[in-house]
Amino acid sequence: MSSPPISPSQQSLSLQNNFTCVSAVYKPAHENKEEQVPAAVLEHLERLALVDFRDAEGVQRLREAVRFAERLHEVDTEGVEPMDSVLEDRCLYLREDDVTEGNCTKELLKNAREKIEEYFVAPPGNIPLPKLEERETFEQQS
Amino acid sequence: QVSAALREGRVGAGELCQRCLARVRGTGLLNAYISVAEDAALLEAEEAEKRYRRGQPLGVLDGIPVAVKDNFNTAGIETTCASNMLKGYISPYNATVVQKLLDQGAVLLGKTNLDEFAMGSGSTDGVFGPVRNPWSYSRQYKEKNPSKSHSENEDSEWVITGGSSGGSAAAISSFTCFAALGSDTGGSTRNPAAHCGVVGLKPTYGLISRHGLIPLVNSMDVPGILTRCVDDAAVVLGLLAGHDPKDSTTIQGAFKPFEIPDSIDVRKLCIGIPKEYHVPGLSSEIQALWSKATDLFKDAGAKVIEVSLPHTSYSIVCYHVLCTAEVASNMARFDGLEYGHRAAMKQSTESMYAATRREGFNDVVRGRILSGNYFLLKENYEKYFVKAQKVRRLIANDFVKVFGSGVDILLTPTTLSDAAPYVEFIKEDNRTRSAQDDILTQAANMAGLPAISVPAALSKRGLPLGLQFIGRSFQEKQLLTVAKWFEKQVKFPVIQLEDMKRHDCNVFQHQKSVS
Repeated sequence: MSSPPISPSQQSLSLQNNFTCVSAVYKPAHENKEEQVPAAVLEHLERLALVDFRDAEGVQRLREAVRFAERLHEVDTEGVEPMDSVLEDRCLYLREDDVTEGNCTKELLKNAREKIEEYFVAPPGNIPLPKLEERETFEQQS
Repeated sequence: QVSAALREGRVGAGELCQRCLARVRGTGLLNAYISVAEDAALLEAEEAEKRYRRGQPLGVLDGIPVAVKDNFNTAGIETTCASNMLKGYISPYNATVVQKLLDQGAVLLGKTNLDEFAMGSGSTDGVFGPVRNPWSYSRQYKEKNPSKSHSENEDSEWVITGGSSGGSAAAISSFTCFAALGSDTGGSTRNPAAHCGVVGLKPTYGLISRHGLIPLVNSMDVPGILTRCVDDAAVVLGLLAGHDPKDSTTIQGAFKPFEIPDSIDVRKLCIGIPKEYHVPGLSSEIQALWSKATDLFKDAGAKVIEVSLPHTSYSIVCYHVLCTAEVASNMARFDGLEYGHRAAMKQSTESMYAATRREGFNDVVRGRILSGNYFLLKENYEKYFVKAQKVRRLIANDFVKVFGSGVDILLTPTTLSDAAPYVEFIKEDNRTRSAQDDILTQAANMAGLPAISVPAALSKRGLPLGLQFIGRSFQEKQLLTVAKWFEKQVKFPVIQLEDMKRHDCNVFQHQKSVS
């Protein structure tokens, strides 16, 4: 495919257009509705996921993700069954209930940082993750 | 060809291994490898050489150097998934596909770089740094992009490999190995294959075992195969496919490895061109290439028709929800207790888990986990997750309808354009990029269909462009036959790699040698 030679500066400009114009297409469908995720839900999520948002950027990312997902509601799925797997029409393979491998305790324990004899060691359990405000003092105690 | 050379004694497996390892060292700038298993590889090569001398090679792959993406478990070699969470993790077992390769005598050179936990479309977001596309250092690219005055700028022109199996694609493209394993969840094998000018095959879901592949989305992941030509892909597929009792999502029924016929009667084929794949961001070059390919088939006598996959535009949103949901579940196993990174926090189990995960995962992974958990909340479950599952069925049904109407193969572009320069690519965040780049490859994962990206031509900038063929479930033979025919017609040029050593001084090399 022959084309007239483009000067390097023009070339980089056209490249830029090529790579940035795409993002314009994927703007969320409902721009005016500000999806406010309530703070209680945010905290609940952090506790469920045991992963923190870290900063406002993290929360913003979630908001955008939710907005992006809103597009799903444009599709009419009346009478459609949810699909769990593409292999749903097949029978799951079940093998005989015989022990064919195992006894590799040593190998498995090799990768654990803290262990005693054949146990994995964990800090005390049944202590819920503290609320956001109390978290700093909690962590300082460690 | 290499296999034949080994059999005929023209080159020894040991020497072949040495040469490949030297290439790995010479292409260190690309950052394609995370771990290089030099000593182990040389030992394996020695064993292979002994077998050849006895005239008893294990098979076609005996003595052939291969590379494996770093999200497959390999016994004795570090498996990191390019994440702090698994740095230092040495698996006690081999993934089934890795074991199969080793059983055939393949020489495992090392583990290749990727986006952290295979999340991304550029191979730029791993903790070991981004992977550079070997074509950035090719004569073809340099000729079309004369570098600016001083040498510093030369280093900033390099382009990405695509992702997330970028390391594997770069390894193949730069001649360090002859076959590589990647993984494909949303296009992660086909995308870098197209950008690096190699063949990227995504087999049908359920054909190849996922045992040992660190999971991202259980219902869509498949191990991907990257090679330099379609014939090689068929060979590797034949060795890896088949039921695995350790992976209950592999189908039963014997898989018959096949050889692709050298010539086919294209007139018997019906090629479908999905009109929804003319997405807005598609570059004019790719559009033109796509048309040219269509004409190629028409001129050869094949029936070429336009088809419709109406729900294509929703596949990315659907993927977004299902992927983050499954990721949230799959990443829950990383708590620091049994393996991987563990935080120093001792106050409580939960706070230890939270700290471990905060320290171990990067923003992309954490973002997806949080989004996934949001979609799985009781109040959102029906609204998002179940809804996405329903849309998934609609997408899969689109394909069923099209294939049911007599179409044999679909022909589509693989990517929107050629590889972007790194400095451009990082201007947008990971999620946006993934949403843009996965659009053409994603639907095949939704429906579990086999798909292959074949290098088709060079772009104006001297970079590879690939085209994608999507086939019917479990009809890899037909898919690869058509792909091979196409490959023969387009005669994609060989990369002319220039010496990369001059650039090395500016770049920090962190490749570790694992024994």
